[in-house]
Amino acid sequence: MSLQRDDVAKVALLARLQLTETELQTMTAQLARIVAYVEQLGELETDQVEPLAHVMPLENVLVADEPHDSLPRDLALANAPKRDAECYRVPAVLGD
Amino acid sequence: MDDAAFSAAQLRQALVQGELTSEQAVQGYLDRIERYDPQIGAFLDVNREGALQQAREADVQRRRGGVPSPPLAGIPVAIKDVLCTAGWKTTCGSRMLANFVPPYDATVVAKLKSAGAILLGKLNLDEFAMGGSTENSAFHPTRNPWEKTRTPGGSSGGSAACIAAGMAPLSIGTDTGGSIRQPAAFCGVAGLKPTYGRVSRFGLVAFASSLDQAGPLARTVEDLAILLEVIAGHDPRDSTSAPVPVPAYSQTVQEPLRDLRIGMVREHFGEGLDPQVATAIQEAVSVYRSLGARVREVSLPHSRYGIATYYILAPCEASSNLARYDGVHYGYRTDERRMLADLDHERRELAALGKTAAIDELDSPLVRMYRQSREEAFGPEVKRRIMLGTYALSAGYYDAYYLKALKVRRLIRQDYDAAFAEVDVIIGPTAPTAAFRLGEKLNDPLAMYLEDLYTVTTNLAGLPGISIPCGFTSDGLPIGLQLQAPPFQEESLLRAANMYEQATSWHQRQPEL
Repeated sequence: MSLQRDDVAKVALLARLQLTETELQTMTAQLARIVAYVEQLGELETDQVEPLAHVMPLENVLVADEPHDSLPRDLALANAPKRDAECYRVPAVLGD
Repeated sequence: MDDAAFSAAQLRQALVQGELTSEQAVQGYLDRIERYDPQIGAFLDVNREGALQQAREADVQRRRGGVPSPPLAGIPVAIKDVLCTAGWKTTCGSRMLANFVPPYDATVVAKLKSAGAILLGKLNLDEFAMGGSTENSAFHPTRNPWEKTRTPGGSSGGSAACIAAGMAPLSIGTDTGGSIRQPAAFCGVAGLKPTYGRVSRFGLVAFASSLDQAGPLARTVEDLAILLEVIAGHDPRDSTSAPVPVPAYSQTVQEPLRDLRIGMVREHFGEGLDPQVATAIQEAVSVYRSLGARVREVSLPHSRYGIATYYILAPCEASSNLARYDGVHYGYRTDERRMLADLDHERRELAALGKTAAIDELDSPLVRMYRQSREEAFGPEVKRRIMLGTYALSAGYYDAYYLKALKVRRLIRQDYDAAFAEVDVIIGPTAPTAAFRLGEKLNDPLAMYLEDLYTVTTNLAGLPGISIPCGFTSDGLPIGLQLQAPPFQEESLLRAANMYEQATSWHQRQPEL
């Protein structure tokens, strides 16, 4: 089940990366090697093992729903690549 | 007076006794930075004027007296450039954030400020903390002060190098798979990764949220204790931070541990471990025996799967965390005009070939903006990890990779729990080799990953780990000794490490610069 260039191209779309053809070739070879290495986990019998997503047993960490000052608009927009008085500007999301 | 030799504790003593002003100390460090950093490249930014100003203010406060000085009053600390500092660029070693100015301080930074610390500068790192050599920084590599053709390790290479070269007495690094401990080992300094949740991650730019921890680097174990005590603690703004009180690490660090039970891991001494490193570790174990510790063998049978587990989980978490860098709110955005022109050109080409279906599949401008911005601003290692993570989380693969890795993670943690029923600390090498040459592992990502052999399992299990110097190779390169302890046992870790340090003098050696 070795990784092929087209698989990698699909992943690049999911990852929102516009890889060059050279990068696709190199990436395919490198990822194939790494994936082959990590597949050794398949040697282990884990049907009865619970996944460990959190090392620390914390549950439902809540905070009181009290209003307080948020980041002022100008600070929030300060690093924007493109902005107007109120918002970030991006290419249209809907329509043409 | 030789600034470079001062530990933070000694510096504090000198400031209190009036032997030295903070301004003089900071000027001394700035002089060393000016003199040596061009060859080493530990710093991305030096806060010259700000640091001197803060130092003068600290001196005024001290002369005024009255209130007790906060623990780091007038003492400079340098910070890995992956923590947010309000009004001061935080680049994460990446073109993506080359001009990013955070609007807020990370909790670690706020705590340093409350403790009176002087923020000396921002330190170089592998881009977004991904790497083991600091060669993945978008700006420049950092060189090992002991041998400048070699790496200082990574990703906190700047944090370790600046201590080794006497350019700062204290630094903050971060550790996701060994990124504090391995550079500490390569640079012959002390570094500690706290228990997961011990130190707040608020304002720490996320790489892998279930693995990341910020921690101290310094010349001595006592200094680590002082700095850890300042930065540790529950933070309501980090829901993964532990509601566990912070012990007075700095007060107990010098007390040896009686009846210390040490475990040596059977699986550590196999393939891949450099014989000189193995010998140094064995000698360190003998030192512990002479100090009255009892040593026994323990087994961590699943530790050999640590790298495979880590290099699924960390990239998966990274692919999710780095999705926010899309050119929209902050960070790099591709040249939109050129991007739209490229898209238009592609559309025309496809139309000319009659490929109408392909035209429908063409990226929308928004998606192309994301793809092109990320393509241009992320380095190869970051892209590699995002790709790996995206693949492992994608439909059809999630169970086989991500879920499987989470299960093995539990097995790894269970191994540690069983071992810690028998011993108080686990001892072993921090890294399988001493510092490797710049460029040596750049073309072989897997070889680079295998350097993390002894450190990744600590992060996977959420445990605290420390690296302290324990010798040198015949080439004069530092070797690091790693100790690991059960969760929230940093006090034992520090005391055990201090015992060894006080019985040896590796920590007093300095590179010739």
